[in-house]
Amino acid sequence: MLELKGVAKRVRGQTHIYPTDLTLEKGTMNVLLGPTLAGKTTLMRLLAGLDAPSEGRVIWDGRDVTGVRVQDRGVAMVYQQFINYPSMSVYENIASPLRIAGQARDEIDRKVRQTADLLKLSPYLERLPLELSGGQQQRCALARALVKDAGLVLLDEPLANLDYKLREELRAELPRIFQKSGAIFVYATTEPEEALLLGGNTAALWEGRIAQFGPTLDVYRQPCDIVTARVFSNPPMNFTSVRKDGHRLTFGRGVNAPADGVFAGLPDGDYSAGFRANHLGLNVHTGSAIELPCTVGVSEITGSETYLHLHHGDDRWVALLHGVHDIPQDSEVGVFLETRYLYLFDVAGKLAAPAAYAMAA
Amino acid sequence: MDKPVNQRAWFLVLPVFLLVAFSAILPLMTVVNYAFNDTFGSNAFFWVGLEWFEEVLTSERVHEALLRQLLFSAIILAIEIPLGIAVALTLPKRGIGASVCLVILALPLLIPWNVVGTIWQVFARVDIGLLGAFLSQIGVDFNIGQDSIDAWVVLIVMDVWHWTSLVTLLAYAGLQAIPEAYYQAGRIDQASRWAVFRYIELPKMKGVLLIAILLRFMDSFVIYTEPFVVTGGGPGSATTFLSIDLVKMAIGQFDLGPAAAFSIMYFFVILLICWVFYTVMTNLDRQDLPE
Repeated sequence: MLELKGVAKRVRGQTHIYPTDLTLEKGTMNVLLGPTLAGKTTLMRLLAGLDAPSEGRVIWDGRDVTGVRVQDRGVAMVYQQFINYPSMSVYENIASPLRIAGQARDEIDRKVRQTADLLKLSPYLERLPLELSGGQQQRCALARALVKDAGLVLLDEPLANLDYKLREELRAELPRIFQKSGAIFVYATTEPEEALLLGGNTAALWEGRIAQFGPTLDVYRQPCDIVTARVFSNPPMNFTSVRKDGHRLTFGRGVNAPADGVFAGLPDGDYSAGFRANHLGLNVHTGSAIELPCTVGVSEITGSETYLHLHHGDDRWVALLHGVHDIPQDSEVGVFLETRYLYLFDVAGKLAAPAAYAMAA
Repeated sequence: MDKPVNQRAWFLVLPVFLLVAFSAILPLMTVVNYAFNDTFGSNAFFWVGLEWFEEVLTSERVHEALLRQLLFSAIILAIEIPLGIAVALTLPKRGIGASVCLVILALPLLIPWNVVGTIWQVFARVDIGLLGAFLSQIGVDFNIGQDSIDAWVVLIVMDVWHWTSLVTLLAYAGLQAIPEAYYQAGRIDQASRWAVFRYIELPKMKGVLLIAILLRFMDSFVIYTEPFVVTGGGPGSATTFLSIDLVKMAIGQFDLGPAAAFSIMYFFVILLICWVFYTVMTNLDRQDLPE
């Protein structure tokens, strides 16, 4: 078990990580999700011991390891770049941490072959890293991290430099690979889909703070505030202001909806309504859907889906629609939204009422 | 499709053709002419075939000059490459210190060769030179005009002083290009300082080091100005390298035939080295592509 207690990091007067508490259990997958500069890498370096925190303690299995050097911690790390020792063969690369640890020759051989098998590297053991494809180079780096049997394995956007196909392939395999190890895995990524596919726990990071930490699906379905909701949606969650008045929700441009179900118990006042891009539609599905008038900005057609950029008053929204919808710019459209997909956040940005669909799931 | 034909376009290349003809082709042909003929002046030439080439190839004196040349190149490479790497490793990686160090390192490279030679010639003089006079004062028998070891030492130290910076700058550029993540990986793997150098820094510097070695080899192989100014090839012929020997033969003794044959062979050797240089560099580029 790895605990951060009030850990903060400041560099030359700038706060990179605000005081943070975090507990990671053995044998779990923990995703650090956040945009670039959110502090993912900084937090990882603190977890690993590559950097010492400015304040707070790092506790490993009940032992305070705050000042302990990374060399003496038993951690492994995989980077966005493919880091392998260029003059060593794949076999020697995987074996290198074991050789430094001074293990017996046949023990090393057994572990290297086992790990290479797991990562489908067995046919390439005699090659140099540069003679491998990008995906294989990253597998080699992963193998080097796994073979150590480190208690903590850190993966800093390991798939970001791979092309789409290889990323899909390796991402599908990662949970299976991780399952076999009892280590704590920490996986940094900017992509919400990646967090959802990996499962485990997710910590949503925003500007040096952990906004929310918990089981990945819970964080996705019930983001505790606007920041988490924005980080954990791709495209980012759409927002608009809404006013609750008795049994009625009034949207900015005079559209009304009944405030029933989860919204019934809320005090009257102003709220921010959030909803994900995939919940907006151009056609009415049910009678409970409300119609919101919008002006079309750009239509990005990716093939099977269309990202429709919309202006609703001053709000900028994105609708994710199935199929090809080539709608001319500046045309006026009505988009439909069912109220069960609405999250309401109070003026401070805290979740006031989760969407009904998320509660039911 | 018909291409328009206009033979007058040839006139556009005429200036370049004339320039190259007078600056390169004609002088080279003159040399070739001398290499295969004997002359007793007044432009009367007698065909001698490969006689001059045989004379040069079997000449003891040329063999000795070649051996000296190879020994000199080997010694300065053996000193400058490791020293250059060592200095590069100790340089600060960023900040004002890095810029200051780079400027200081680049200074010797900016000094003209004959000036470097003059500086060291004066520096080593027994009567007024800072080094020479000091050594005589403390009782060391030091005289580059009489002792060939002393002359060699001065030439080698001078070359190291002049050119180690080049190796350092190249090695430094190579080191700067290594992503920080490699060093982190080394730390996490508990690699020793030596292992980091051997398995991360050295392989990553391979490309620039090859360039440094080839550059220094080629440069030292055609060295002329500095030993000419410092020792004039002496004492005796102790520091007579190939180019100095060639000039002595051509201008000192006026043996134009052998000197012409000599320079043609010298030219081809250098051309060969250039070709190796080019091939190695283009292959390196290809190897580095997947990264």
